[in-house]
Amino acid sequence: MTERTLRGQAVIAGIGETTYYKHGQSPDSEFKLALMAILAAAKDAGIDPKNIDGFTSYSNDRSDPSRLAAALGTRELRFSNMQWGGGGGGVAAAVGNAAAAVATGMANCVVAFRALAQGQFARFGRGSGAPLAAGDDAFTVPYGVMSPAQKFAMKVTRFMHDHGVKQEALRAISLASYHHAQNNPRAVMYGRPLDEAKYDASRWIVEPFHLFDCCLENDGAAAVIIMPADRARDLPHKASYLLGVASGSDHRCAAPVHNGPNYASSHFATVAPHLYEMAKLGPKDIGVVQCYENFTGGVLMSLVEHGFCAPEEANDLLRLENLIAPTGRMPLNTSGGNLAECYMHGLELVNEAVRQIRGVSVNQAPRNDTVIVVGGPMVTPVSSLILGSEAAL
Amino acid sequence: MSYLPEGLPIPSAGADGLSTPYWEGTRREKLMIQFCRGCKHWQWGPEWICHRCNSFDRDWREVAGKGVIYSYQRVWHPVHPALNGHGPYIAVLVELPAADNVRMIGNLLGDPKQDVPIGGTVEAVFEHHASASPPYSLVHWRLV
Repeated sequence: MTERTLRGQAVIAGIGETTYYKHGQSPDSEFKLALMAILAAAKDAGIDPKNIDGFTSYSNDRSDPSRLAAALGTRELRFSNMQWGGGGGGVAAAVGNAAAAVATGMANCVVAFRALAQGQFARFGRGSGAPLAAGDDAFTVPYGVMSPAQKFAMKVTRFMHDHGVKQEALRAISLASYHHAQNNPRAVMYGRPLDEAKYDASRWIVEPFHLFDCCLENDGAAAVIIMPADRARDLPHKASYLLGVASGSDHRCAAPVHNGPNYASSHFATVAPHLYEMAKLGPKDIGVVQCYENFTGGVLMSLVEHGFCAPEEANDLLRLENLIAPTGRMPLNTSGGNLAECYMHGLELVNEAVRQIRGVSVNQAPRNDTVIVVGGPMVTPVSSLILGSEAAL
Repeated sequence: MSYLPEGLPIPSAGADGLSTPYWEGTRREKLMIQFCRGCKHWQWGPEWICHRCNSFDRDWREVAGKGVIYSYQRVWHPVHPALNGHGPYIAVLVELPAADNVRMIGNLLGDPKQDVPIGGTVEAVFEHHASASPPYSLVHWRLV
Protein backbone atom coordinates (compact mmCIF):
# COMPACT_ATOMS: atom_id res chain seq x y z
CA MET A 1 0.00 0.00 0.00
CA THR A 2 1.28 3.46 -0.84
CA GLU A 3 1.92 5.85 2.01
CA ARG A 4 -1.12 7.95 2.87
CA THR A 5 0.18 11.48 3.23
CA LEU A 6 -0.23 15.04 2.09
CA ARG A 7 3.48 15.71 2.50
CA GLY A 8 4.79 17.68 -0.46
CA GLN A 9 1.60 17.26 -2.50
CA ALA A 10 0.29 20.81 -2.31
CA VAL A 11 1.75 24.29 -2.23
CA ILE A 12 0.66 27.67 -1.04
CA ALA A 13 0.87 29.55 -4.30
CA GLY A 14 -0.24 32.98 -3.19
CA ILE A 15 -1.11 35.03 -0.13
CA GLY A 16 -3.22 38.11 0.33
CA GLU A 17 -4.73 40.29 2.98
CA THR A 18 -6.62 43.54 3.31
CA THR A 19 -5.58 46.48 5.42
CA TYR A 20 -6.03 45.40 9.02
CA TYR A 21 -8.26 47.61 11.18
CA LYS A 22 -9.18 47.95 14.80
CA HIS A 23 -12.54 46.31 15.39
CA GLY A 24 -15.41 48.37 14.05
CA GLN A 25 -13.17 50.59 11.92
CA SER A 26 -13.24 48.84 8.56
CA PRO A 27 -14.80 51.09 5.90
CA ASP A 28 -15.68 47.96 3.96
CA SER A 29 -18.22 45.22 4.66
CA GLU A 30 -17.08 41.78 5.75
CA PHE A 31 -17.96 40.20 2.40
CA LYS A 32 -16.07 42.88 0.47
CA LEU A 33 -13.06 42.32 2.74
CA ALA A 34 -13.16 38.60 1.89
CA LEU A 35 -13.25 39.39 -1.85
CA MET A 36 -10.37 41.87 -1.54
CA ALA A 37 -8.16 39.36 0.27
CA ILE A 38 -8.96 36.57 -2.20
CA LEU A 39 -8.23 38.82 -5.19
CA ALA A 40 -4.96 39.89 -3.61
CA ALA A 41 -3.96 36.26 -3.07
CA ALA A 42 -4.87 35.37 -6.67
CA LYS A 43 -2.75 38.25 -7.95
CA ASP A 44 0.15 37.14 -5.77
CA ALA A 45 -0.17 33.62 -7.20
CA GLY A 46 -0.31 34.98 -10.75
CA ILE A 47 -3.65 33.34 -11.50
CA ASP A 48 -6.97 34.46 -12.91
CA PRO A 49 -9.31 34.55 -9.89
CA LYS A 50 -12.01 32.97 -12.07
CA ASN A 51 -9.91 29.80 -11.96
CA ILE A 52 -10.35 29.42 -8.21
CA ASP A 53 -12.56 26.34 -7.94
CA GLY A 54 -12.78 25.80 -4.20
CA PHE A 55 -13.19 27.63 -0.89
CA THR A 56 -12.29 26.51 2.61
CA SER A 57 -12.70 28.35 5.87
CA TYR A 58 -13.33 27.85 9.56
CA SER A 59 -14.98 29.45 12.58
CA ASN A 60 -18.33 29.58 10.75
CA ASP A 61 -17.11 32.25 8.38
CA ARG A 62 -20.10 34.16 7.08
CA SER A 63 -18.82 34.62 3.51
CA ASP A 64 -20.69 31.79 1.83
CA PRO A 65 -18.82 29.93 -0.96
CA SER A 66 -21.72 30.12 -3.40
CA ARG A 67 -21.91 33.89 -3.01
CA LEU A 68 -18.14 34.16 -3.31
CA ALA A 69 -18.11 32.00 -6.43
CA ALA A 70 -20.80 34.12 -8.05
CA ALA A 71 -19.09 37.36 -7.10
CA LEU A 72 -15.70 36.25 -8.38
CA GLY A 73 -17.12 34.84 -11.62
CA THR A 74 -15.85 31.40 -10.71
CA ARG A 75 -16.14 29.20 -13.81
CA GLU A 76 -17.01 26.09 -11.82
CA LEU A 77 -17.12 25.46 -8.08
CA ARG A 78 -15.77 22.02 -7.17
CA PHE A 79 -14.93 22.15 -3.47
CA SER A 80 -16.40 24.01 -0.50
CA ASN A 81 -15.57 23.11 3.05
CA MET A 82 -16.11 24.53 6.53
CA GLN A 83 -13.91 23.31 9.36
CA TRP A 84 -15.97 22.95 12.54
CA GLY A 85 -14.97 24.89 15.63
CA GLY A 86 -14.82 28.52 16.64
CA GLY A 87 -12.02 31.05 16.81
CA GLY A 88 -8.71 30.09 15.23
CA GLY A 89 -8.64 26.43 16.21
CA GLY A 90 -9.33 25.41 12.63
CA VAL A 91 -6.97 27.72 10.75
CA ALA A 92 -4.38 25.08 9.87
CA ALA A 93 -7.09 22.53 9.16
CA ALA A 94 -8.73 24.88 6.64
CA VAL A 95 -5.41 25.04 4.75
CA GLY A 96 -5.03 21.27 5.12
CA ASN A 97 -8.55 20.61 3.84
CA ALA A 98 -7.77 22.73 0.78
CA ALA A 99 -4.54 20.81 0.27
CA ALA A 100 -6.36 17.50 0.55
CA ALA A 101 -8.80 18.65 -2.12
CA VAL A 102 -6.13 19.60 -4.65
CA ALA A 103 -3.95 16.59 -3.84
CA THR A 104 -6.79 14.16 -4.48
CA GLY A 105 -8.07 15.77 -7.66
CA MET A 106 -11.27 17.13 -6.13
CA ALA A 107 -10.24 20.66 -7.15
CA ASN A 108 -7.33 22.45 -8.79
CA CYS A 109 -7.10 25.80 -7.07
CA VAL A 110 -8.60 26.30 -3.62
CA VAL A 111 -8.53 29.43 -1.49
CA ALA A 112 -8.50 29.17 2.30
CA PHE A 113 -9.70 32.43 3.77
CA ARG A 114 -11.06 34.23 6.82
CA ALA A 115 -12.92 37.53 6.91
CA LEU A 116 -13.98 39.43 10.00
CA ALA A 117 -15.81 42.68 10.51
CA GLN A 118 -16.63 42.81 14.16
CA GLY A 119 -18.10 46.26 13.75
CA GLN A 120 -20.68 44.81 11.40
CA PHE A 121 -21.20 41.75 13.57
CA ALA A 122 -20.78 40.82 17.24
CA ARG A 123 -17.45 41.05 19.03
CA PHE A 124 -15.76 37.94 20.36
CA GLY A 125 -14.62 39.32 23.69
CA ARG A 126 -18.06 40.14 25.05
CA GLY A 127 -20.59 38.04 26.89
CA SER A 128 -23.90 37.20 25.27
CA GLY A 129 -26.86 39.51 25.82
CA ALA A 130 -29.25 36.57 26.03
CA PRO A 131 -31.48 36.48 29.15
CA LEU A 132 -31.06 32.72 29.65
CA ALA A 133 -27.97 30.51 29.72
CA ALA A 134 -28.60 26.93 28.58
CA GLY A 135 -26.44 23.87 28.00
CA ASP A 136 -22.83 24.17 29.18
CA ASP A 137 -23.32 27.91 29.63
CA ALA A 138 -25.88 27.37 32.40
CA PHE A 139 -23.07 26.05 34.60
CA THR A 140 -20.57 28.83 33.88
CA VAL A 141 -22.20 32.08 32.73
CA PRO A 142 -24.18 32.82 35.95
CA TYR A 143 -20.82 32.69 37.76
CA GLY A 144 -19.32 35.29 35.42
CA VAL A 145 -17.38 32.79 33.30
CA MET A 146 -18.42 33.69 29.78
CA SER A 147 -15.76 35.28 27.56
CA PRO A 148 -12.95 33.33 25.86
CA ALA A 149 -10.40 34.74 28.32
CA GLN A 150 -12.56 33.56 31.22
CA LYS A 151 -13.12 30.13 29.66
CA PHE A 152 -9.41 29.48 29.25
CA ALA A 153 -7.70 31.23 32.18
CA MET A 154 -8.19 28.35 34.61
CA LYS A 155 -6.47 25.92 32.25
CA VAL A 156 -3.44 28.19 32.14
CA THR A 157 -3.44 28.84 35.89
CA ARG A 158 -3.44 25.09 36.56
CA PHE A 159 -0.65 24.52 34.01
CA MET A 160 1.49 27.28 35.54
CA HIS A 161 0.79 25.90 39.01
CA ASP A 162 1.72 22.34 38.05
CA HIS A 163 4.98 23.30 36.35
CA GLY A 164 6.13 26.43 38.15
CA VAL A 165 5.80 28.65 35.08
CA LYS A 166 6.23 32.33 35.91
CA GLN A 167 4.29 35.34 34.68
CA GLU A 168 7.51 36.51 33.00
CA ALA A 169 7.20 33.64 30.52
CA LEU A 170 3.79 34.92 29.39
CA ARG A 171 5.21 38.43 29.27
CA ALA A 172 8.02 37.37 26.95
CA ILE A 173 5.50 35.90 24.47
CA SER A 174 3.65 39.21 24.41
CA LEU A 175 6.82 41.27 24.13
CA ALA A 176 8.01 39.17 21.17
CA SER A 177 4.83 39.84 19.19
CA TYR A 178 4.96 43.57 19.92
CA HIS A 179 8.68 43.68 19.12
CA HIS A 180 8.12 42.13 15.70
CA ALA A 181 5.12 44.34 14.96
CA GLN A 182 7.31 47.45 15.21
CA ASN A 183 8.95 46.45 11.90
CA ASN A 184 5.66 45.51 10.25
CA PRO A 185 3.69 48.36 8.64
CA ARG A 186 0.69 46.02 8.22
CA ALA A 187 0.47 45.59 11.99
CA VAL A 188 -2.31 47.28 13.93
CA MET A 189 0.22 47.85 16.73
CA TYR A 190 2.92 49.24 14.38
CA GLY A 191 4.40 52.24 16.14
CA ARG A 192 3.04 51.18 19.51
CA PRO A 193 5.89 49.37 21.25
CA LEU A 194 5.57 47.43 24.49
CA ASP A 195 8.15 46.99 27.22
CA GLU A 196 8.30 45.11 30.50
CA ALA A 197 7.20 48.06 32.61
CA LYS A 198 4.20 48.81 30.41
CA TYR A 199 3.18 45.14 30.48
CA ASP A 200 3.56 44.92 34.25
CA ALA A 201 1.54 48.09 34.77
CA SER A 202 -1.25 47.03 32.43
CA ARG A 203 -4.56 46.07 33.94
CA TRP A 204 -5.62 42.53 34.55
CA ILE A 205 -8.33 41.18 32.27
CA VAL A 206 -8.56 37.92 34.16
CA GLU A 207 -5.62 36.53 36.06
CA PRO A 208 -3.16 35.32 34.77
CA PHE A 209 -3.84 37.48 31.68
CA HIS A 210 -2.91 41.13 31.62
CA LEU A 211 -4.35 43.27 28.83
CA PHE A 212 -1.29 42.50 26.69
CA ASP A 213 -1.69 38.73 27.10
CA CYS A 214 -4.94 38.90 25.14
CA CYS A 215 -5.38 38.99 21.39
CA LEU A 216 -6.68 42.02 19.59
CA GLU A 217 -10.11 42.18 18.02
CA ASN A 218 -9.81 43.31 14.43
CA ASP A 219 -11.53 43.77 11.10
CA GLY A 220 -10.02 42.56 7.84
CA ALA A 221 -9.51 39.47 5.77
CA ALA A 222 -6.71 37.18 4.69
CA ALA A 223 -6.47 34.41 2.11
CA VAL A 224 -4.06 31.81 0.77
CA ILE A 225 -4.24 30.03 -2.60
CA ILE A 226 -3.48 26.29 -2.52
CA MET A 227 -2.56 24.38 -5.65
CA PRO A 228 -1.16 20.94 -6.50
CA ALA A 229 2.60 20.67 -6.02
CA ASP A 230 3.18 20.02 -9.74
CA ARG A 231 2.21 23.63 -10.40
CA ALA A 232 5.00 24.98 -8.18
CA ARG A 233 7.40 25.72 -11.03
CA ASP A 234 4.88 27.95 -12.83
CA LEU A 235 4.40 30.27 -9.87
CA PRO A 236 5.80 33.80 -9.70
CA HIS A 237 7.05 33.28 -6.15
CA LYS A 238 8.99 30.55 -4.39
CA ALA A 239 6.46 27.87 -3.42
CA SER A 240 5.68 26.92 0.17
CA TYR A 241 5.07 23.18 0.33
CA LEU A 242 2.71 21.72 2.88
CA LEU A 243 4.83 19.18 4.73
CA GLY A 244 2.32 18.19 7.37
CA VAL A 245 -1.04 19.06 8.83
CA ALA A 246 -3.08 17.61 11.67
CA SER A 247 -6.20 18.50 13.57
CA GLY A 248 -8.33 17.14 16.38
CA SER A 249 -8.13 16.93 20.14
CA ASP A 250 -7.38 14.53 22.97
CA HIS A 251 -9.64 12.10 24.83
CA ARG A 252 -12.85 13.72 26.13
CA CYS A 253 -11.25 17.17 26.16
CA ALA A 254 -14.63 18.81 25.62
CA ALA A 255 -16.35 16.94 28.46
CA PRO A 256 -18.87 19.52 29.69
CA VAL A 257 -18.21 22.09 32.40
CA HIS A 258 -14.41 21.87 32.31
CA ASN A 259 -14.30 18.10 32.93
CA GLY A 260 -11.77 17.09 30.28
CA PRO A 261 -9.26 14.70 31.86
CA ASN A 262 -6.19 16.51 30.47
CA TYR A 263 -7.50 19.88 31.59
CA ALA A 264 -4.39 22.07 31.74
CA SER A 265 -3.73 21.71 28.05
CA SER A 266 -3.85 23.44 24.68
CA HIS A 267 -5.20 20.08 23.40
CA PHE A 268 -2.38 19.44 20.96
CA ALA A 269 -1.03 16.46 22.92
CA THR A 270 -2.39 13.93 20.44
CA VAL A 271 -2.40 16.24 17.41
CA ALA A 272 1.26 17.30 17.32
CA PRO A 273 2.66 13.75 16.95
CA HIS A 274 0.55 13.23 13.82
CA LEU A 275 1.80 16.55 12.45
CA TYR A 276 5.45 15.63 12.90
CA GLU A 277 4.91 12.11 11.61
CA MET A 278 3.47 13.39 8.34
CA ALA A 279 6.13 16.08 8.00
CA LYS A 280 8.91 13.59 8.85
CA LEU A 281 10.32 16.32 11.05
CA GLY A 282 10.60 17.07 14.74
CA PRO A 283 10.55 20.30 16.72
CA LYS A 284 14.35 20.62 16.42
CA ASP A 285 13.98 20.80 12.63
CA ILE A 286 11.70 23.85 12.70
CA GLY A 287 13.26 27.20 11.83
CA VAL A 288 10.47 29.62 12.69
CA VAL A 289 7.38 29.27 14.89
CA GLN A 290 4.06 31.01 14.28
CA CYS A 291 1.91 30.11 17.28
CA TYR A 292 -1.62 31.44 17.64
CA GLU A 293 -2.01 33.83 20.55
CA ASN A 294 -5.60 33.96 21.65
CA PHE A 295 -3.90 34.29 25.02
CA THR A 296 -0.20 34.00 25.83
CA GLY A 297 -0.94 31.09 28.13
CA GLY A 298 -2.25 29.15 25.15
CA VAL A 299 1.05 29.76 23.36
CA LEU A 300 2.90 28.45 26.40
CA MET A 301 0.99 25.17 26.42
CA SER A 302 1.07 24.84 22.61
CA LEU A 303 4.84 25.18 22.51
CA VAL A 304 5.19 22.52 25.18
CA GLU A 305 2.78 20.16 23.46
CA HIS A 306 4.59 20.63 20.15
CA GLY A 307 7.83 19.64 21.85
CA PHE A 308 9.69 22.94 21.78
CA CYS A 309 10.44 22.61 25.47
CA ALA A 310 9.51 20.53 28.49
CA PRO A 311 7.07 22.26 30.84
CA GLU A 312 9.85 22.75 33.36
CA GLU A 313 12.01 24.45 30.70
CA ALA A 314 9.40 27.05 29.77
CA ASN A 315 10.82 29.77 32.03
CA ASP A 316 14.21 29.36 30.34
CA LEU A 317 13.00 29.22 26.74
CA LEU A 318 10.38 31.95 27.01
CA ARG A 319 12.70 34.94 27.29
CA LEU A 320 12.47 37.79 24.80
CA GLU A 321 16.00 37.32 23.49
CA ASN A 322 15.18 33.73 22.48
CA LEU A 323 12.01 34.64 20.64
CA ILE A 324 12.97 37.47 18.31
CA ALA A 325 14.26 37.34 14.74
CA PRO A 326 16.91 37.26 13.50
CA THR A 327 18.99 36.46 16.57
CA GLY A 328 16.76 34.35 18.79
CA ARG A 329 17.04 30.60 18.96
CA MET A 330 13.28 30.19 18.33
CA PRO A 331 11.84 33.18 16.44
CA LEU A 332 8.16 33.39 17.44
CA ASN A 333 5.29 35.21 15.74
CA THR A 334 7.54 37.24 13.48
CA SER A 335 4.75 39.42 12.06
CA GLY A 336 3.33 40.36 15.44
CA GLY A 337 0.65 37.69 15.29
CA ASN A 338 -2.77 37.97 16.88
CA LEU A 339 -1.43 40.19 19.66
CA ALA A 340 0.07 42.94 17.57
CA GLU A 341 -0.27 42.42 13.81
CA CYS A 342 -3.91 41.47 13.47
CA TYR A 343 -6.43 39.12 14.97
CA MET A 344 -7.35 37.46 11.69
CA HIS A 345 -8.00 34.17 13.46
CA GLY A 346 -4.48 33.01 12.65
CA LEU A 347 -4.59 33.25 8.88
CA GLU A 348 -2.16 36.15 9.21
CA LEU A 349 0.22 33.59 10.73
CA VAL A 350 -0.04 31.41 7.62
CA ASN A 351 0.72 34.42 5.44
CA GLU A 352 3.73 35.22 7.61
CA ALA A 353 4.94 31.62 7.39
CA VAL A 354 4.89 31.91 3.60
CA ARG A 355 6.77 35.21 3.76
CA GLN A 356 9.41 33.54 5.92
CA ILE A 357 9.86 30.73 3.40
CA ARG A 358 10.08 33.24 0.57
CA GLY A 359 12.65 35.18 2.57
CA VAL A 360 10.69 38.43 2.49
CA SER A 361 9.48 38.79 6.08
CA VAL A 362 10.07 42.13 7.75
CA ASN A 363 11.58 40.06 10.57
CA GLN A 364 13.32 37.46 8.49
CA ALA A 365 14.67 34.45 10.36
CA PRO A 366 18.00 33.09 9.19
CA ARG A 367 16.71 29.53 9.11
CA ASN A 368 13.58 29.57 6.97
CA ASP A 369 13.33 26.21 5.22
CA THR A 370 10.65 25.01 7.66
CA VAL A 371 7.96 26.99 9.47
CA ILE A 372 5.31 25.70 11.83
CA VAL A 373 1.90 27.34 12.20
CA VAL A 374 0.04 26.34 15.35
CA GLY A 375 -3.67 27.21 15.28
CA GLY A 376 -5.82 28.43 18.15
CA PRO A 377 -4.91 26.54 21.33
CA MET A 378 -7.69 25.19 23.57
CA VAL A 379 -10.26 25.97 20.85
CA THR A 380 -11.07 22.43 19.79
CA PRO A 381 -10.77 20.87 17.30
CA VAL A 382 -7.30 22.43 17.21
CA SER A 383 -4.97 22.21 14.21
CA SER A 384 -1.40 22.91 13.18
CA LEU A 385 0.68 22.66 10.02
CA ILE A 386 4.27 22.76 8.79
CA LEU A 387 5.34 24.50 5.60
CA GLY A 388 8.68 24.01 3.91
CA SER A 389 10.68 25.20 0.96
CA GLU A 390 11.49 22.86 -1.93
CA ALA A 391 14.81 22.21 -0.21
CA ALA A 392 12.95 20.79 2.80
CA LEU A 393 11.13 18.14 0.74
CA MET B 1 -27.46 39.44 48.72
CA SER B 2 -25.96 37.55 45.80
CA TYR B 3 -22.22 37.23 45.15
CA LEU B 4 -22.49 38.77 41.67
CA PRO B 5 -24.93 41.56 40.82
CA GLU B 6 -28.37 40.64 39.54
CA GLY B 7 -28.89 40.81 35.80
CA LEU B 8 -26.63 38.03 34.58
CA PRO B 9 -28.23 35.35 32.38
CA ILE B 10 -30.47 32.93 34.27
CA PRO B 11 -29.46 29.25 34.08
CA SER B 12 -31.89 27.16 32.08
CA ALA B 13 -32.26 23.40 31.95
CA GLY B 14 -32.73 23.86 28.21
CA ALA B 15 -35.48 22.77 25.87
CA ASP B 16 -34.39 19.14 26.13
CA GLY B 17 -34.60 19.11 29.93
CA LEU B 18 -31.25 17.33 30.21
CA SER B 19 -30.16 19.15 33.35
CA THR B 20 -33.55 19.63 35.03
CA PRO B 21 -32.75 17.30 37.99
CA TYR B 22 -29.65 19.36 38.79
CA TRP B 23 -31.47 22.68 38.90
CA GLU B 24 -34.39 21.24 40.83
CA GLY B 25 -31.83 19.88 43.29
CA THR B 26 -30.07 23.17 43.89
CA ARG B 27 -33.39 24.78 44.86
CA ARG B 28 -33.66 22.13 47.61
CA GLU B 29 -29.97 22.66 48.56
CA LYS B 30 -29.03 19.27 47.19
CA LEU B 31 -26.13 18.70 44.80
CA MET B 32 -27.40 16.19 42.23
CA ILE B 33 -24.83 14.65 39.87
CA GLN B 34 -25.12 12.04 37.15
CA PHE B 35 -24.13 8.48 38.00
CA CYS B 36 -23.84 5.72 35.40
CA ARG B 37 -25.65 2.54 36.38
CA GLY B 38 -23.74 0.72 33.63
CA CYS B 39 -20.16 1.22 34.86
CA LYS B 40 -20.83 2.72 38.30
CA HIS B 41 -18.96 5.96 37.66
CA TRP B 42 -19.89 9.56 38.23
CA GLN B 43 -19.95 11.96 35.29
CA TRP B 44 -20.36 15.73 34.95
CA GLY B 45 -21.70 17.93 33.28
CA PRO B 46 -25.04 16.63 32.22
CA GLU B 47 -25.00 14.29 29.23
CA TRP B 48 -27.35 11.72 27.71
CA ILE B 49 -24.70 9.02 27.58
CA CYS B 50 -21.88 7.74 29.73
CA HIS B 51 -18.58 8.74 28.12
CA ARG B 52 -16.93 5.67 29.61
CA CYS B 53 -19.25 2.77 28.75
CA ASN B 54 -21.74 4.44 26.38
CA SER B 55 -24.65 3.42 28.54
CA PHE B 56 -27.77 5.60 28.42
CA ASP B 57 -28.76 4.30 31.86
CA ARG B 58 -27.84 7.32 33.97
CA ASP B 59 -29.09 8.10 37.43
CA TRP B 60 -29.09 11.37 39.35
CA ARG B 61 -27.65 10.98 42.84
CA GLU B 62 -26.93 13.41 45.62
CA VAL B 63 -23.29 14.20 46.41
CA ALA B 64 -22.01 15.89 49.53
CA GLY B 65 -21.06 19.51 48.88
CA LYS B 66 -17.40 19.01 49.74
CA GLY B 67 -14.73 19.84 47.20
CA VAL B 68 -11.12 20.68 46.46
CA ILE B 69 -10.04 23.70 44.41
CA TYR B 70 -8.49 22.46 41.15
CA SER B 71 -8.01 25.87 39.54
CA TYR B 72 -9.36 29.40 39.79
CA GLN B 73 -9.48 32.80 38.15
CA ARG B 74 -9.83 36.31 39.44
CA VAL B 75 -11.82 38.32 36.90
CA TRP B 76 -11.23 42.06 36.63
CA HIS B 77 -12.57 43.07 33.23
CA PRO B 78 -16.39 43.00 32.97
CA VAL B 79 -17.75 41.50 29.76
CA HIS B 80 -21.44 41.75 30.67
CA PRO B 81 -23.36 44.97 31.39
CA ALA B 82 -24.54 43.58 34.74
CA LEU B 83 -20.90 43.40 35.88
CA ASN B 84 -19.90 46.96 34.95
CA GLY B 85 -18.31 48.65 37.92
CA HIS B 86 -18.23 45.41 39.87
CA GLY B 87 -15.12 43.43 40.52
CA PRO B 88 -12.88 41.73 40.85
CA TYR B 89 -14.59 38.43 41.50
CA ILE B 90 -13.31 34.88 41.80
CA ALA B 91 -14.46 31.77 39.96
CA VAL B 92 -13.20 28.40 41.13
CA LEU B 93 -13.05 25.01 39.48
CA VAL B 94 -13.80 22.50 42.22
CA GLU B 95 -13.26 18.75 42.20
CA LEU B 96 -15.64 16.53 44.15
CA PRO B 97 -13.61 13.67 45.67
CA ALA B 98 -16.80 11.78 46.58
CA ALA B 99 -17.84 11.65 42.92
CA ASP B 100 -14.77 10.49 40.97
CA ASN B 101 -13.36 14.02 41.11
CA VAL B 102 -15.86 15.49 38.66
CA ARG B 103 -15.45 19.26 38.45
CA MET B 104 -17.92 22.10 38.95
CA ILE B 105 -17.58 25.86 38.53
CA GLY B 106 -18.80 28.36 41.09
CA ASN B 107 -17.72 31.56 42.76
CA LEU B 108 -15.46 31.55 45.81
CA LEU B 109 -17.18 33.49 48.59
CA GLY B 110 -15.26 35.96 50.71
CA ASP B 111 -12.74 38.65 49.90
CA PRO B 112 -12.40 38.83 46.11
CA LYS B 113 -8.73 39.74 46.54
CA GLN B 114 -7.93 36.78 48.79
CA ASP B 115 -5.16 34.34 47.88
CA VAL B 116 -6.79 31.24 46.40
CA PRO B 117 -5.10 27.98 47.37
CA ILE B 118 -5.15 25.34 44.64
CA GLY B 119 -5.78 22.13 46.58
CA GLY B 120 -7.72 24.00 49.28
CA THR B 121 -10.83 22.37 50.73
CA VAL B 122 -14.19 24.03 50.11
CA GLU B 123 -17.85 23.45 50.89
CA ALA B 124 -20.89 24.25 48.80
CA VAL B 125 -23.07 27.26 49.62
CA PHE B 126 -26.44 27.55 47.87
CA GLU B 127 -27.46 31.01 46.68
CA HIS B 128 -31.18 31.31 46.02
CA HIS B 129 -32.64 33.66 43.46
CA ALA B 130 -36.25 33.14 44.50
CA SER B 131 -37.62 36.26 42.86
CA ALA B 132 -36.05 35.57 39.46
CA SER B 133 -38.28 34.41 36.64
CA PRO B 134 -37.97 31.48 36.67
CA PRO B 135 -36.47 31.09 40.16
CA TYR B 136 -33.14 29.31 40.41
CA SER B 137 -30.34 28.57 42.84
CA LEU B 138 -26.59 28.75 42.24
CA VAL B 139 -23.86 26.74 43.98
CA HIS B 140 -20.93 28.72 45.36
CA TRP B 141 -17.97 27.55 47.40
CA ARG B 142 -16.40 28.65 50.68
CA LEU B 143 -12.98 27.72 52.05
CA VAL B 144 -13.18 25.51 55.14
